[in-house]
Order: sequence, then C-alpha cells, then structure tokens
Amino acid sequence: MEYIISVLLSGVSVGGQYALIAIGYTLVYGILRLINFAHGDVFMVAGLMGIYLAAVLPITLSLPLVIILTVLLGFAIERVAYKPLREAPRMSVMISAIGVSYLLQNTATYVTGGQPMTYPTIPFLSGTVDVAGTQTKWVVIITPILVLALVFALTQLINRTKVGMAMRAVSKDFETSRLMGIKINSVISVTFIIGSALAGIGSILFFTNYPAITPMSGAMPGLKAFVAAVFGGIGSIPGAVIGAFIIGIAETIIKGLPSSWDVSVFSDAFTFALLIIILVFKPQGLFGEAATDKV
Amino acid sequence: MENNEEKIALHLENVTMQFGGVVSVNNLSLDVPEHKIIALIGPNGAGKTTAFNCITGVYQPTNGLIEFMGEPMVRSHPVGKAEKGYKGQNADKYANEPILAPTPDRITALGIARTFQNIRLWSSMTVFENVLIAKHMRAKQNVFSAIFRGNLAEEKRMREETMALLCEQGLDTYKNEIATSLPYGLQRRLEIARALATEPKLLLLDEPAAGMNPQETLELAEFVQEIREKYNLTIFLIEHHMDLVMNISDYIYVIDFGSEIAEGEPEAVQSNQKVIEAYLGVSEESA
Amino acid sequence: MKENKRFFPTLAGIALLLIFVILLENISAAVPGLPDVFQPTSPLFTVLKKAAVYSLVAVSMNLLNGFTGLFSLGQAGFMLLGAYTYAILTVPAAQKDQVYYLFGGCAFEFSFVDMFGMVFGNSGVGGAVSMVLGCLLAIILAGVVAGFFAFLIGFPVLRLKSDYLAIATLGFAEILRAIFQWQKLGPITNGANMIKGFPTFSSFNITGPSGNVILRLSTFIPFFITTVCIVLIVLLINSSYGRAFKSIRDDEVAAEAMGIGLFRHKTLSFVISSFFAGVGGALFAMYVANAQAKAFTSTMTYEILLIVVIGGIGSVSGSVIATFLYVACSEWWLRFLDSEMYFGSFKIPLLRNGFRMVVFSVVIMVIVLFFSNGIMGNREIDLLKPFGKKNKKKEGHTH
Repeated sequence: MEYIISVLLSGVSVGGQYALIAIGYTLVYGILRLINFAHGDVFMVAGLMGIYLAAVLPITLSLPLVIILTVLLGFAIERVAYKPLREAPRMSVMISAIGVSYLLQNTATYVTGGQPMTYPTIPFLSGTVDVAGTQTKWVVIITPILVLALVFALTQLINRTKVGMAMRAVSKDFETSRLMGIKINSVISVTFIIGSALAGIGSILFFTNYPAITPMSGAMPGLKAFVAAVFGGIGSIPGAVIGAFIIGIAETIIKGLPSSWDVSVFSDAFTFALLIIILVFKPQGLFGEAATDKV
Repeated sequence: MENNEEKIALHLENVTMQFGGVVSVNNLSLDVPEHKIIALIGPNGAGKTTAFNCITGVYQPTNGLIEFMGEPMVRSHPVGKAEKGYKGQNADKYANEPILAPTPDRITALGIARTFQNIRLWSSMTVFENVLIAKHMRAKQNVFSAIFRGNLAEEKRMREETMALLCEQGLDTYKNEIATSLPYGLQRRLEIARALATEPKLLLLDEPAAGMNPQETLELAEFVQEIREKYNLTIFLIEHHMDLVMNISDYIYVIDFGSEIAEGEPEAVQSNQKVIEAYLGVSEESA
Repeated sequence: MKENKRFFPTLAGIALLLIFVILLENISAAVPGLPDVFQPTSPLFTVLKKAAVYSLVAVSMNLLNGFTGLFSLGQAGFMLLGAYTYAILTVPAAQKDQVYYLFGGCAFEFSFVDMFGMVFGNSGVGGAVSMVLGCLLAIILAGVVAGFFAFLIGFPVLRLKSDYLAIATLGFAEILRAIFQWQKLGPITNGANMIKGFPTFSSFNITGPSGNVILRLSTFIPFFITTVCIVLIVLLINSSYGRAFKSIRDDEVAAEAMGIGLFRHKTLSFVISSFFAGVGGALFAMYVANAQAKAFTSTMTYEILLIVVIGGIGSVSGSVIATFLYVACSEWWLRFLDSEMYFGSFKIPLLRNGFRMVVFSVVIMVIVLFFSNGIMGNREIDLLKPFGKKNKKKEGHTH
C-alpha cells in the first residue's frame, strides 16, 4: 500500500512536470502548427542556468532569474529561428526547430564539458515530508498543486484577457486573424514567453528530483511532454495537462514494476506506443477538434 | 432523362453529404448518359464541388448510391455518430447493403477523371512531366521492372503518348516549362490534358471557365465538344459561366443549398422561375 | 532513349571512381615516402568510410523526405534493425559464446559466413568467398528486415499528416531502441551490450600468408556498396514510380485524383527508403565494428536530416556532397576547434572540447535560415553534362 502511494505520488509529480512542458508545446502548436523540437532543450538549458546561477547567487534571487532568462531564451529563439520562416513550408520550420535543438545541446555540452551537473538543493523543495507513512520530497506534493494553480491562471488569461482572445483567434485561423488586425508576431511572442516561463518553472521542479543534468536531459522529457500534448488533443491546455498526468503516472508504474520483469527500459517506449495508438485511433487526441481539409 | 435507350454512364441516387450539422449535398439524384455533356449549376456554396468530391471519392457521402457504367461504385449509409445526427432522407434504403467507399485513385482507375476548381498542377514539374505522371496509373510495370529498366518499351510508349497528347492540345511548345508558370488559360488546358492522360470514359470538369474572358470561354466550349468526339467521352461539368453552360450542355441540373431545384434542357432551365430566384434572389413582392 | 545512351558513360564514370578509391588506399604501400594523409591510419580514410556509409542513409532519407514529401524521422530505427540483423547473422559461431557471455551464448548458433564456409571452406580463397557471400547476404537481409518493419509500421503511420508522421516514426525508432536493449532478448540481441566479432570493412583487406596486407579494400567496400545502392535509388527516382512519388510530394490530392494510390506509393517509398537505411545500418555496424542499440538515437536521425537539408531537399547529389563535407568537417577539418591552441603565448579563446560542435550547429542554423535550398536545391550534378550536348534536344527530363 505504501509502495502504491509512493509510486502514485511520484507519478503525479512527474506528470505535473511534464504538464508544464506540454503546455508550451500545445500553445505553440495551436498557433504555429509547429512541433517546437527545441522546447525540451530550452527546459534543459533552464536547468543548467539554475545550476550556474545558484552557484553565485542566493536561491531566492537565482530562481526568479532562471525563469526570466528562460523566457528571454524562448523569445529569442522564436525571433531568430522561427519568425524568418513564417512564409516557408511547415517542414522548414520544423527543421529549424531541430537545428535549434542541436545547437542548444551542443552549446550545453561545450559549456558543461559534457559532465553531468548536479542540481542545487533548494531548501524548501528538497525537504522531506511524511505522507500516509511514506517519506517523500516536498516537491512531489507541491508540483501538482502548483501545476493546477498555473493552469487555472493560464485558462483565465486565455479566456478573459484581450491577448488571450487574440491567441484563440490566431489558433483558429492564422490568416483571417492577421487580416482582422491582430498583431500576429506579438501574439506568437506571448505564446513563447508563456511556454518558456512554464518550462523554466518545470525545470526547477523536475531537476530537484533528479540527480544530474546532462545536455541530453531535455530531449526525452520534451518528447514525452509533446506526446502528452498530442494525447490530450493538441491545442487544448486541459488536454495537455491530463495527458501529462497519465503519461507521468504510467511511466512511474512501469519503472516501479518488479525488477525481475526488466521492463523499465520500456518506460520511454511506452509513451511512444501510447502516442501511436492514439494517433491511429483518435488522431485528434482526447480533447482535440477534428479538422477536415478543403479540396 | 426518361430516355431508356441511352446508356447511363453515371448515376447518383439519394446522395447526401453532411458535415456535422451542415447538409452540403441533400438527396441528390441525377443521371449522366453516355456521350452527353451534362452540367451541374447553382449559386456559390450550393454544394456543386462537394457533389464532385463525393463522385471522385475525396469524400465518402453520408448516404446514397453512385453507379458508374451500371455498376455500384460508391454506396454509403450513416453510421456511428452520423446516424444520430443524420438530417437527410432515405437512410434506410442502403442500410443493409455493404458500404462501398473506394479511394479516389480506384475511381480514376475505373475511368473517371477530373479537373479542379482551383487548378492543382504539380508545381515543381514541367508540363511534360505533369501529363506523363498521369500515365503512371495505366502503365504495365512494377517497381522492380521500373528500377531495373526491365520494360523500356513501356516507358517509351508513355513518353510518346504524352507527347502526342501535348501536341493535340497545342501545349507541345511549352513542354519543358514549369507547369505553374504557364498563363492561366493554358494551365486549365493542361489540367484537362492531364486528366485525359488517365484514359477516362467520364470527364468531370470543375468550373473549367473560371477566370476566363469571353473569347477564351468560347474557345473552351469548342474544345470541350472537340475532346468529347475525339476521345468518345461523357462530360459532366460544374459551371458558373452561363454562356458556356447554355452553349454546350445537353441537359442541366440546378442545385441550391445542396438540393436539386430544377432540371431540364438549357432553354427550359433558363426560364425556370426557381432558378432565376436562386441566382438573383427573391424579391419582397413575389415572396 | 536518352537514358540508354547515358548508361555506359555513367557506368564508366562510377567504375573510375571506384578504381580511384582502391588506388588511393593502396598508394602508400606502393610509393614510399608519401605524406601522412595517404597512410591507412590517416583521418582521410576514416572520413571516406564514414561518409560513404552516411551518404547512403542520407540519400535514403532524401528519397522519403525530399522526393515523396513524407517527413519521417525513423531513419535511426531502421539503421538499428539493419545493424543488428547484419551483426547477428555474421558473427561466426565460434565467437558467439564469447560475445554473448552474459547470456550463456547466443540463442542460435548460426552464421552466414559459416554457412557458406561449409561449401567453400573457411580458409584461403574459399574462406574469402564464403565471407564475401555471407556478408553480402547478411547486408541484403539487413535491408529486407528494415523494409519489412517499415511495411508493418507504415500501415498505421503513413495515414498521418506531416508532423504527426514525423513524431510517430520518431516514436517507433525509440520503441525499437528500447526493445533491442531489453535484457530478456539478450540471447538474441546481447541486451544492452554491444555485439562484435563480425566481419568489418578491414576484414575485406586481402592479406598474404603471413598476415601482411597485400591489397587494401576497406574503403573500397563501403564505396562500392553505397554506389550500387545510390544508383538503384537514382534509377527509381527517374522511373515512373519516382515521378509518382514527386507528384505526391507536390500535391497529394491531385496525385490521388490522377490514379496514383497514395497509400500504396507512400508505403513503397517508405519500404524502399527503409531498406536502404537498413543496408546503411549494416554498413554502419561494419564501420564502427560493433552493433549497439544506444548508438541509434534520435540525434543520429537529426544529424542525417540536417545533412539532407544542407545538401538540398530533393537532390541526391546534394545529399552525397553534403555528407562528405559534413563528415570531413566534423571528423577532420574542424577538429582543431576542439583542442586548445596557443598563438605564441596567447591562448586563443573559446577553443576547447565541444567548440567544434557549437560552430557546426551555428553553421547549420545559418544554412537552414538563410540558404534553405542547401547546396544543390533540387538540382542534380550531371556528370555527363560536358559530353551531353546532343542530348539536349531530346524530349522531357530525366529528373
């Protein structure tokens, strides 16, 4: 029983961390129809920045700074690598995203010398707490609560504010929105800013729970978060969050299965199997809208 | 068309196409007899192109039957979600028969070729290649004989026939131009040439005169009649240009909001009150 | 036919290239005192071998992404299948216990090399024949296995739209990687450990009785296989099927309306591309002299995709040129960026381990953003152009 609780707890927490990344994917895909392959690497860079900043600044300063710098990074990537390709075929933008991902990974290898880096201990998050008889870190408890709060704030932003309305309009019809005088570029920038900020927060929560960061640390969580977004129905924020929780929980369950079965290698593969199943049977995801092509 | 002596090339029966709550084509039934030129007209958004897309397999109709050369080609009835929300008629009529929903390429293989309203040529390829590719379907070869050049005679035949077709259509001088760099009128002509390369029995033309001036339209009318004779074709066309339609059609179907509102010989349709209303709108007094 | 006239000159050109490769790798033995570059250990030959292997994979990816317009990211997965198929089928039975020592030997004591060895003998000329035949058969089967999996995978994924296809194929590659690392399959795949002990490129060097090398063929072999495969791909692209693929890339709806079965042709392109990726995977295993699942990551696919982009999406010769440039830069010419350098007493800043890849990725981004056509766009280098004047007036295009 205690074992089940601890697996579920960490599943929910991992899911919450994926959710924060997944929202970045789903927002960008909703507006640009782009799989932002670099998003996972932005998340990794945020983790590295956390390490380097915490080495010179107190935690209370470095954490907000991590989020601000991640936002700047996301904004800069969009301006430099995606904006010039607005009129180009979708494949070119996706290739550009892969290029950015490659650049971020290689730069991270260069800066860190390829060594795994240890994430600083954040006093509050790393402390342990006793839940129903199981010892767990505070971050495990805080993550889902924080995720739900952030998602609530985000849906308010999208449903209640003017910029949120613009975002919804652009994701429905890019061209018409432009004709209606919506400043496409600023809407896209806002999208990237929100996505990166959430990835920054996600990196703090995620890496607190993990022993080390390598330049490849962002790739797999990034892909999984994208799968979560597709699973929930790309473009839908609640969908992405639910998808992320499902994937996080499934993954920890697989990792927690008896080691004699030796199925832990499949914890990543399972996510992709789930992706393929959903794409084949319900391509629009759990909460997505079906689209028809005009001939 | 109550004339039973002529053979019917294309027969539509109760064809209904519903997208969510919108009924785009409503219970459309019509006949296209062999070797005739039949037109489907109607105001913008009447469902003409959707009807074409049902015939060519781009869409699977929600309900109805389409026969080609007397054989059932497409047959459908509402299933799943569509069953509850179905707004058309005669849903039961086909409910017990197996659904036939061939892909567009199968339908083309049966002998139905089409053009597109918004010209769809292969943009990176030359005029010659555009027609040559359409020959691919009927080529007697498999992928191994293609790679190892096992059947050079077939390739040669395809190239020669393509060339002959281009000469006939007066496109031979442009054969090495990129297809989309041609003037608009020639692009339309090339699309027809490409459709002919698939060796069809029935040719579907989707607004062939769109964007043409009166002179070009006149030429097109002659051209359509010419190819009908030459290739022994049946022609079914959608058109906005009344000049063209009245000029060349043997029989006309008029639809509005997805449903048929009139049919008949060109003169009869021209003076039909419903047709005039559909095109010009209904005035306050007469309504 | 235009092509008939060009066939023999092209063949002659290819033969010349291959002869040149043989001369190049043997010249140091024949002519003493040549610069180090020509010695067998020089990076020149590492680059040539790796580039030959990668160019086949790049061209196979281009067939799919550039010519059929299917944005697939599964190449590393198919290479993995090819590498493992080749490795499992060619490790000599005598070596199997040693390779699979963690699992108490391989599940089946079988090797193509041994199989032919029973016919032709295991030593001398007979041994050479049985190794060549065994390897060749294994390489072909490597392609067949990859192609077969592509056929199975294609059924669900080829109906997906562009970017979903990309992510689904990427997912399949990851699933394959996990399966091949699964310890339960250890008796076949050696679990997460590498399989080695199979014939590599240098096994093809012809040695004298005392073990000294008489004729080096270790660079020629990958060149030869890659050339044969690329010629086949080019023949396909210039055939009626190749044109059908391009029509799908340009406009799917029009292609389907003109009688080109989308699913059938997409599957065909996917299977053929994967077949050659599988062959490329077998060659890769020969090049690195081992097969290990963790080498075939999505980063590998990205690398190949970027090569294709640099060369020009839709150009075979572009892909080949880009591969050689890319491999030469990363393995040889830009190596100096990775080591600290002093200019007198002044230490040049930034140069240290990893800097090469940073410069590299910046260059790639510049190409992607500002030279999106790559080196060749969708044009091809026509080797015979200088002699081909009389062909100009012939009808049509070959590509």
